Amino acid sequence: MTDQGLSAQGAGPRRSVIDTLEIDVRLLGMLMAFAAVALVFTIWTGGTFVGPRNVFNIAVQTVPVAIMACGMVFVIVARHIDLSVGSMLAMCSAVMAMSQAQWLPALFGLEYGNPAILVATILIGLVTGTLIGSLTGWLVGYQRIPSFIVTLGGLLIWRNLNWFTTNGQSVALTDPNLLMFGGTEGVLGATASWVVGLIASAVAVWVIASARRTKQGHGFMVKPLWAETVMAGLIVGAILFFVGWLSRYPIPEAKLKRLFEARGEVMPEGYTAMHGLPISVLILILVAVVMTVVAKKTTFGRYIFAMGGNPDAAELSGINTRLLTVKIFALMGFLCAIAGLVAQARLQSHGNDLGDKWELWVIAATVIGGTALAGGVGTIYGAVLGALIMQSLQSGMAMVGVDTPFQNIIVGLVLVIAVWVDILYRKRLGLTK
Amino acid sequence: MNQTARTPLVEMRDISISFGGIKAVDHVSIDLHPGEVVGLLGHNGAGKSTLIKCLSGAYQKDAGQILINGEEVTINNPRDARAQNIETIYQTLALADNLDAASNLFLGRELRRSGLVDDAKMEAETRKIMGRLNPNFRKFNVPVSALSGGQRQSVAIARAVYFNAKILIMDEPTAALGPHETQMVAELIQELKAQGLGIFLIEHDIHNVMKLCDRASVMKNGQLVGTVNVKDVTDDDILGMIILGKKPAHLAA
Repeated sequence: MTDQGLSAQGAGPRRSVIDTLEIDVRLLGMLMAFAAVALVFTIWTGGTFVGPRNVFNIAVQTVPVAIMACGMVFVIVARHIDLSVGSMLAMCSAVMAMSQAQWLPALFGLEYGNPAILVATILIGLVTGTLIGSLTGWLVGYQRIPSFIVTLGGLLIWRNLNWFTTNGQSVALTDPNLLMFGGTEGVLGATASWVVGLIASAVAVWVIASARRTKQGHGFMVKPLWAETVMAGLIVGAILFFVGWLSRYPIPEAKLKRLFEARGEVMPEGYTAMHGLPISVLILILVAVVMTVVAKKTTFGRYIFAMGGNPDAAELSGINTRLLTVKIFALMGFLCAIAGLVAQARLQSHGNDLGDKWELWVIAATVIGGTALAGGVGTIYGAVLGALIMQSLQSGMAMVGVDTPFQNIIVGLVLVIAVWVDILYRKRLGLTK
Repeated sequence: MNQTARTPLVEMRDISISFGGIKAVDHVSIDLHPGEVVGLLGHNGAGKSTLIKCLSGAYQKDAGQILINGEEVTINNPRDARAQNIETIYQTLALADNLDAASNLFLGRELRRSGLVDDAKMEAETRKIMGRLNPNFRKFNVPVSALSGGQRQSVAIARAVYFNAKILIMDEPTAALGPHETQMVAELIQELKAQGLGIFLIEHDIHNVMKLCDRASVMKNGQLVGTVNVKDVTDDDILGMIILGKKPAHLAA
């Protein structure tokens, strides 16, 4: 780490480009790892890997694990662990599946597919997740049972309560409004995607600019304007490239015809439409942005990091660490419910094995994304990127025909190596004590 | 100084606390006046840290009363203590190593703007107070784990001083410091004293006690041996109290 305080006084040592841009070196490492994965599979598949279609699929498949990984960052930063996220997801999904397909229609005499039912279902799902998470948090925070034990129990309990909730049967879900949350069935189309992309770019530039103004207002040193511009340019470029790329993925003609027929119209000759941004990816982006703001800009986030850095210090600073623990796990449960909604909509059904072993993927993504199991350190964007790297690896390996056992072996190796490299790097910089 | 005429700033009356049958503090009474430094002395395990943690809110007393400006108060946790303008500098410093100086200084009392924490404002305030306490301090943007012992100490002190403490508890503030930094802390104590703060100083170094304290309360095995005016006694008298657990003969009457 460079001593930015020193350079704030003027005569700092000469700094490298990375220092000047103030890029997180860890983030840079992850981006490079991601680029390497993408490059290898692109060459191996002759370009199909980075085609709009596959990029779209990877994005959609990453969403549930990435949403949960955002919550897992807080859990792990606070020196806890949650092994029950896959089972919580299944439990929430089971409750939502039964609510919309059986309970609510029977209760209110409405037909399956009524939007009111879907709204109620989602609310019930979110409340369920939050309550399950709160219960976990209460046992950990107030009763002082180690989170490993509570959530290991939760893993078994919720997985099998899920089984009882649906009587062990799969629930088919066909409500088109629900399927919108799944990915392929819910896309913005090219035009709306570009609008979203441009708004997001404008917001990014505004955030960078206002942060710079605030710093200047207090008389702190800011990075040179060119560096700020380069960073803004990179971010805007990435947003627009992603949007543009997904807007090049056409919706198959047969499906378009079906859509027109459903509206009682005939598809005009030569009509085409593009996928653009999936709604589920928008949900992930929204979750990631909100969670980043919570982590960096709210007292809640600040206290989580303080508690992870030194629980005694947090307690002595007057922070109610027990209640904080409840809130952390409640948030985790809430995000499991959102992930469950996306997962069931993508698969168009709720099955008993939904989210099976996902806790491992979620923890792996979080850790690959730079969150330290010792607590106190972690970022939301890292966890999302970690999920993306793992999904890309899996998707790429599946495309080139690597057998499933080998896929798991490789993901396992990547997890260990990623953490190893991080430790070596930190040792060399003398960041570890 | 005519202290007896005034109400004490802090009065801890007949405090007892035990852990699993062991009486860590056994009916101890001490007090503290504005502008006064009271040293708390004793061997390790004598109960002085435990006693003082009842005041800072880290422990809850089993029995006894705490009076602030003559009124009884309830202190169940560190938040209650802070509400009474009691600030504590712990021996362990109680810093979150992964956060920077400003985040630590304002931990639990963040400055906010439209609901979000205002990091820039907090850093500016931290720069101001550090400029006064430790003008050589530069490392504002790194986690405090990257700071030296003295720098960490100044963050902990800044945290106590910034929020207008009336009562300051310092648990061996110079234990981990070099001679220069020890001097810095000594000067700060004098300055705070002049501002009318009351300071409880837990200290092992008898010379620091003689130099910095007005009175000294000595504890042994959880009980109060006695409280003496520092200017009435010698080093040896105080050492005798610590080791033998008896008040010096010329004061005993």
